[in-house]
Amino acid sequence: MEDNKVLRQQLATMRQSFFDEGILDKHYVQVEELEDKDNPHFAEEVMTMFFRDSTKLIATVEHALEKSPCDLPKMDKYLHQLKGSSSSVGASTVWSAINKLREILKDGDIERFKTQFLCLRDEHEKLKGNLEPYFQLLRQVGPVETAQRPM
Amino acid sequence: MESGFASSSKGFMENVDQPHVLAVDDSDIDRKLIEKLLKNFSCKVTTAENGPMALEFLGLGDHQNHSNISKVNLVITDYCMPGMTGYELLKKIKESSVMKEVPVVIMSSENIPNRINKCLEEGAQMFMLKPIKQSDIKQLRCHLMNCRS
Repeated sequence: MEDNKVLRQQLATMRQSFFDEGILDKHYVQVEELEDKDNPHFAEEVMTMFFRDSTKLIATVEHALEKSPCDLPKMDKYLHQLKGSSSSVGASTVWSAINKLREILKDGDIERFKTQFLCLRDEHEKLKGNLEPYFQLLRQVGPVETAQRPM
Repeated sequence: MESGFASSSKGFMENVDQPHVLAVDDSDIDRKLIEKLLKNFSCKVTTAENGPMALEFLGLGDHQNHSNISKVNLVITDYCMPGMTGYELLKKIKESSVMKEVPVVIMSSENIPNRINKCLEEGAQMFMLKPIKQSDIKQLRCHLMNCRS
């Protein structure tokens, strides 16, 4: 039980760091609040769906950038989709990076676009790198009710 | 239970224990979120990933079938969808003699006054800005309970 307490504290610290660093915002809290005993892993499921999409979309944009000339409207379509889902799940640094990218796309400056795209990719990797171990630990520790049951 | 289609003189949640909501969005993440939000407020939820499928469910598609008319108490739809937009879906519902009384709520991630006005003028009950929060659904419920047309 003591181990569980330590792990819970670790989880809480990890979680707080996401908000402090701004990689997640209050919309993520809304997602967490939708969890209940019938859907104990709801937030993880939502984030898994998000990463499934975001990884694919980022790879698609990267691939489209390699072509010449670049299909700008198509890339913007993908970015618009990703912007929507990152906003819905509270992935705020990813959302900001996408917004910057779309602004640059309007100017048509491919070189600046490529640079900013790398920033987006980095923010995305950072988010993934933070959340994956967090969810693993969360599953290990189990839902709060279990921890509070008297020995 | 109410008979026939959603009565215009009743509010959306009144006299209906478990209002049936049709939620339309091309994003599966957003569909998952809106479904849970609505279920948390005791709604029965059917989701559709685009306008044509929504119309099909409502019996307004190619195969005219009105078995779902009396069941749906509210349609909530995303604005930006490929193919048929939420606005176009709204229009089709309002043009239908059997479904026009059903309240339609539009959701969008973009706060564009022209877009909002256009939807309200076409008969949308409400316009909600994404990301949708629990308090938005609560407000929706209150708004529609007090609504008498």
